[in-house]
Amino acid sequence: MNPTEDMIDATFPAPQVSELSAPYWKALDEGRLTFQRCQACAHAWLPARSECPRCLARGPLWETASGQARLVSWVVYHHTYHDYYATRLPYNVAVVQLAEGPRLISNVVDARGELRIDMPLEVVIQREAGTALVRFAPASRST
Amino acid sequence: MRGNVVIAGIGQTAYGKLPGRSTVSLNIEACRNALHDASVEKNAVDALLVKPPTSNPQFMYGQTLAEAMGMQPRVGGAWDQGGAANISLIAFAAMAIEHGQCDVALVCYADNPRTGSRHAYEKAWGDDAAYGWFGVPAGYAMLARRHIEEFGTTSDQLGEIAIAIRNHGAANPHAQLRKPLTLDQYRESPWVVDPLRRDDCCLVSDGAAAVVLMSTGRAKSLGITRAVPILGFGQGQSSSDVAQRTDLTRTCAEVSGATALQMAGLRPQDIDVAQIYDCFTITVLMTLEAYGFARHGEGGPFCTGGRLQIGGELPVNTSGGLLSETGMPGLQLVLEGVRQMRGDATSQVKDARTCIVSNQGGIMHTHSTLVLGNPV
Repeated sequence: MNPTEDMIDATFPAPQVSELSAPYWKALDEGRLTFQRCQACAHAWLPARSECPRCLARGPLWETASGQARLVSWVVYHHTYHDYYATRLPYNVAVVQLAEGPRLISNVVDARGELRIDMPLEVVIQREAGTALVRFAPASRST
Repeated sequence: MRGNVVIAGIGQTAYGKLPGRSTVSLNIEACRNALHDASVEKNAVDALLVKPPTSNPQFMYGQTLAEAMGMQPRVGGAWDQGGAANISLIAFAAMAIEHGQCDVALVCYADNPRTGSRHAYEKAWGDDAAYGWFGVPAGYAMLARRHIEEFGTTSDQLGEIAIAIRNHGAANPHAQLRKPLTLDQYRESPWVVDPLRRDDCCLVSDGAAAVVLMSTGRAKSLGITRAVPILGFGQGQSSSDVAQRTDLTRTCAEVSGATALQMAGLRPQDIDVAQIYDCFTITVLMTLEAYGFARHGEGGPFCTGGRLQIGGELPVNTSGGLLSETGMPGLQLVLEGVRQMRGDATSQVKDARTCIVSNQGGIMHTHSTLVLGNPV
């Protein structure tokens, strides 16, 4: 372990799991990325909501994502706003769009070459301080 | 209602570090100065509208301020819309005056994040903190990256925006940061969140500003000769967080600007000077595109060649904006618009007859636009 990591009060900023979001985090813990789809109009989205933001219907259903996605945009942090990330600078945070439509905040891992917008990605579920997180790697990695 | 309501007075505090001052105290100083500038007595004011302090939002803040000012206004309160709220409150006051709901309105804003807490600008974005997603600069960096990759916008082009505005700030004796900027210095400026450098980011400042509004007729009857008419205003709300937006390079600034220009009966080419909310350089670039000064995606080249500097085709943020005058979220831009229309700005644009002012909040979640003209 890097000796500096011991000296930092670096508590992982874990998700605040609510009744609404619990199914998402449970599925991720079981190795499945899921999203919500409206039963009335078929609109799909993340994060968890109680009503469809398009047609306002209640009671969306959870659906498992294919894991195929594309990179919408990304940034690279050179300044830390939280001690947990202090030893990881520089690190990236990305906006990713799933093939099914929902967009989410994530990280791109295992990118050997340059990142570029709209590049194909695929899901990688990784554990961080015991919490399953959804990250993405370049899709070409496994093809 | 074009031109029926005027900004009759403006006031501000010093900008920068103001230790030991509450936001109420700062607001009162700015209001006192604005009333003095307009030659209006406090007792004539029957509307008090305030944007709540970003760093410390409080319940019923508008009433707290009114009590401290010994006022029982007919119209009063606070409106949370992030940085767009200043102009939205001015627009609301103008409509209220037009329709007889009040006669003289004060619109003000104060905050003290520099000596107080800057947590509001650095906090986690909900559960996405697990991915390291923190802070306001990163949100704008996410928009900037998409613009850079999609349209070939360059870091140097963002730098030209910072240079123009910083140089205007350097000429303003009231500016918090009076250090001009060169392209070489900009290129050496460290990354905060790539693709944004330190010099792409606004200041964090204590301070307050205020404006006095009334009908054109009342200003004439009071003998106020430097009253600046409001020619147009408009709003737009993108609302969605960055990750939820279908197009990261387009925002509600388009509908806001179009509404304001239509009301004013003007086109972008009729605008002589612009005060564009510059929390980050990319915000200026995207707002100028949204207002129609440049085509979508062509804001980068538009901002080069000195076009945004005094003497250029469209001087921007002539008192230094958020990058240089004060990091205050937006009302200082209205004050500078008023000075340009009066003709008494520090860096005065010669024969300026029209000024457009943008205010916006969140990560371009909200937008409000004001168009001002010369005193009549």
